[in-house]
Amino acid sequence: MKDRQSTSAAVPIMDAAAIQRALRRVAHEIVERNPDLRSVALAGIPSRGVEIARRIAEFIRASEKTEIETGIVDVAMHRDDVGARAELPVVRTSRLPLPLEGRTLIIVDDVLYTGRTVRAAMDAISSFGRPARIQLAALIDRGHRELPIRADYVGKNLPSAASEKVRVRLEQTDGESDAVWLFKE
Amino acid sequence: MNVRSPDMNRRWNRKDLLGLRELSADEINFILETADAFKQVGTREIKKVPALRGKTLVNFFVEPSTRTRTSFELAASRLSADVINISASTSSLTKGETLKDTAKVLEANHADIIVLRHSSAGAPQFLAQRLKSSVINAGDGAHEHPTQGLLDLYTIREKREKIDSLNVVIVGDILFSRVARSNIFGLLKLGARVTLVGPSTLAPREFEKLGVSISHKIDNVLPDADVVNLLRIQHERQRKEYFPSIGEYTQLFGLTKERAKLLKPDCLIMHPGPINRGVEIDSEVADGLQSVILDQVTNGLAVRMAVLYLCGGIAT
Amino acid sequence: MSATIIRNGRVIDPTNKRDEIVDLAIVDGRIAQRSEISGQKSEVEEIDAKGLIVAPGLIDMHVHLREPGSSHKETIASGARAAAAGGFTTIVCMPNTSPPADNPSTIAWIKERAAETGCVNVLPSGAISKDLAGEELAPIGSLEEAGVVAITDDGHCVQNHELMRRAVEYARMFGLPVLDHCQDYNLVGNGVVHEGYWSTLLGLPGWPAAGEEAIVLRNILLAELCDHRIHCQHISAAGSVRLLREARTRGVKISGEVCPHHIALTDEAIQNFDTNFKINPPLRSQRDVDALLEGIADGTLSILASDHAPHADFEKEVEFDAAPFGVVGLETELGIFIDLLVHKHGKIDIGRLIEMYTIEPARLLRIEAGTLSSGAVADVTLIDPNLEWAVKTDTFQSASRNSPFDGWKLRGRAVRTIVSGKTVWKL
Repeated sequence: MKDRQSTSAAVPIMDAAAIQRALRRVAHEIVERNPDLRSVALAGIPSRGVEIARRIAEFIRASEKTEIETGIVDVAMHRDDVGARAELPVVRTSRLPLPLEGRTLIIVDDVLYTGRTVRAAMDAISSFGRPARIQLAALIDRGHRELPIRADYVGKNLPSAASEKVRVRLEQTDGESDAVWLFKE
Repeated sequence: MNVRSPDMNRRWNRKDLLGLRELSADEINFILETADAFKQVGTREIKKVPALRGKTLVNFFVEPSTRTRTSFELAASRLSADVINISASTSSLTKGETLKDTAKVLEANHADIIVLRHSSAGAPQFLAQRLKSSVINAGDGAHEHPTQGLLDLYTIREKREKIDSLNVVIVGDILFSRVARSNIFGLLKLGARVTLVGPSTLAPREFEKLGVSISHKIDNVLPDADVVNLLRIQHERQRKEYFPSIGEYTQLFGLTKERAKLLKPDCLIMHPGPINRGVEIDSEVADGLQSVILDQVTNGLAVRMAVLYLCGGIAT
Repeated sequence: MSATIIRNGRVIDPTNKRDEIVDLAIVDGRIAQRSEISGQKSEVEEIDAKGLIVAPGLIDMHVHLREPGSSHKETIASGARAAAAGGFTTIVCMPNTSPPADNPSTIAWIKERAAETGCVNVLPSGAISKDLAGEELAPIGSLEEAGVVAITDDGHCVQNHELMRRAVEYARMFGLPVLDHCQDYNLVGNGVVHEGYWSTLLGLPGWPAAGEEAIVLRNILLAELCDHRIHCQHISAAGSVRLLREARTRGVKISGEVCPHHIALTDEAIQNFDTNFKINPPLRSQRDVDALLEGIADGTLSILASDHAPHADFEKEVEFDAAPFGVVGLETELGIFIDLLVHKHGKIDIGRLIEMYTIEPARLLRIEAGTLSSGAVADVTLIDPNLEWAVKTDTFQSASRNSPFDGWKLRGRAVRTIVSGKTVWKL
């Protein structure tokens, strides 16, 4: 397993099948809560959020025979801690289906933690336009929010200690089998 | 750290951009890739990101320029940085203050990034060695103009997708041109074949040691060119001994309508600006379909945003 | 009577063709016979020179002392201390002071100052042209009377060949050697570094070798035409060596000198725009360095000197273009030359090196120095040719620190400098 720390225990939380079940359920929830599917668009946060958005769109296409537009919202340029980090985050090109007015834009990410990444994503989105509403879908919600942000759709709730690390691996982005790991220090 | 770590940047760790000669091919490519992301910002409704919010950028143009300075100013504003413009006349350099002391004052005033244009080669390096601020070279004498070199590379890459193995012809006053040097260093690093064209006084043989070819007959090299980059030619006092007249220069080396017919249809025509219409390039050709001169300007903004983000964002 | 015995040193005295391990005696400031001392043993200073070379006091005939006018860079006092620390007992100072040494009063001032504050022998040179402007002759006769040992416009170069011809002819009646900083202003333009690969790469204005060679050739022609000695200072280019060699073979009264930086460094050194490598004439290519080494080996270049050019820190710590040319050299030149010429490249032996610092300049300048003959003034330099040391510019005696050699590890150094029988410096 790549990047497994030799000293800490790695606890498997979800395997590939569990991830697929969770995302299928999330896709159904999205359909349920958004009767007008054509106004929905998914915006994945690179890298894994983009892949997860793709899968959710795939599930929706399979069950509703409807194409959901997906885009990419890069948050690196919108972070509130640029200059405070030892290394600079890599910026990627954002691409969102325009115009945003009247749409329900669902931010998609792999792990929801402090909420700062999502805040940056909303900041980025605001420079593109003003969607009617913004929702959030996360594969894992691990708690410890530092900002008043909550997910509308959650694959799995994973209460964790701040000292622990949650790692999501996806075939398409990491070259490993799909899995969610919890590393206890 | 309470934020999940995004992909961190292992491909760039310089606080300054002094020239292209010392950059690796990977570093150059990384800047261009970063510029892609920033080019997209220019298509948004609100063309602003908070990446350099709270940072102060000083445009210190000891050698004047409106175009480059405006480009840096706009790039900095789009990154939400605060901008201050200082020229030679508004600085204390005219009162005898040395460059070093002027810069120290700027740093004491919390300048995070200093964009310097100066007539002395090596001036940006001089500052970079002495200041904690980031120093960006906006042109130092005849030495380098790295952001121009980068935006030229970006434009070529945008239009032709790759730079490796392209035939790039640079025409004009090579000897005194920082644009030529940055272009040469960047293009060679990325695998292009470079040919310099100009009078033998301005494109001397010595350049061959850098790995380029030299020709004094422009008609011979145009048919195989994938890119033609025309440099501005001047005939002021210092150049009077190098070629007899503008008229003769245009006759021998100007990209006239007729000469432009020799070019391949997909050959790009570039110029760093400002253009001397009718001298190094015919007016029609400058505005023609093969000209990407205006794209260069747009790309200049994206490239400069990328450079400011990369250099200015590194914590000291 | 004051007496000193230098024991067990290897005495190398080119005038007398001596190279032997023997004691050297000094009595009342002059070289004496060993026998003159016996009798007053308790008052005799004993210096142990085992393992050392005992040479005539070395002469550096190309030094900028900056006084009058630029004492923030160096004074005659500090320059003399630097010379002593470098092993030099006699230095010749250049006239590009402020005011320039183009008149007898300035020469008198310099001599007085040197007598009061200089711990080594300071010999003034006078200007060739008024104000070093290259337009009118300086009062060469009065300068000669005031005591100059040579005339030169160093720092500048007379461009008008006719004027130079007349200056050489005029100097001839006094037997005054003419020294020349060989630079054709038109060919050189505003060049700051050697015209070659590095100037092309870095976009810096080039200083072509032809700019020096053209004037070396001019001087060869005039030396021949006027039948008088012209000495070409700080030779840096291969072409200059070739021209000098050819002319000397024919017996022309032309000579050349070399400075340490021109054989220790190449133009590659300027790539970081460090102004401690900005020198006039500039550091050149490896090919030029090789030619200089050959020129030293075959005697074409017969004199070594430093072109010691002090500048204050704040003057050098500016953009490359704006910085003044020049580096200090008195305290490093001997070390550099012994290390490179004798040890590393094996181009000459230590005896020849000492000649190039003693009889060669002494003959050119017609001065009584550079000899250990009995009765001669006791200017002596003790050298340890194998001492390994590191250059630390912040320990320099000179008032300035602009050296390209900070941190260099060298082998060979002067360890004691004696002027008129008195030790003025020791390691």
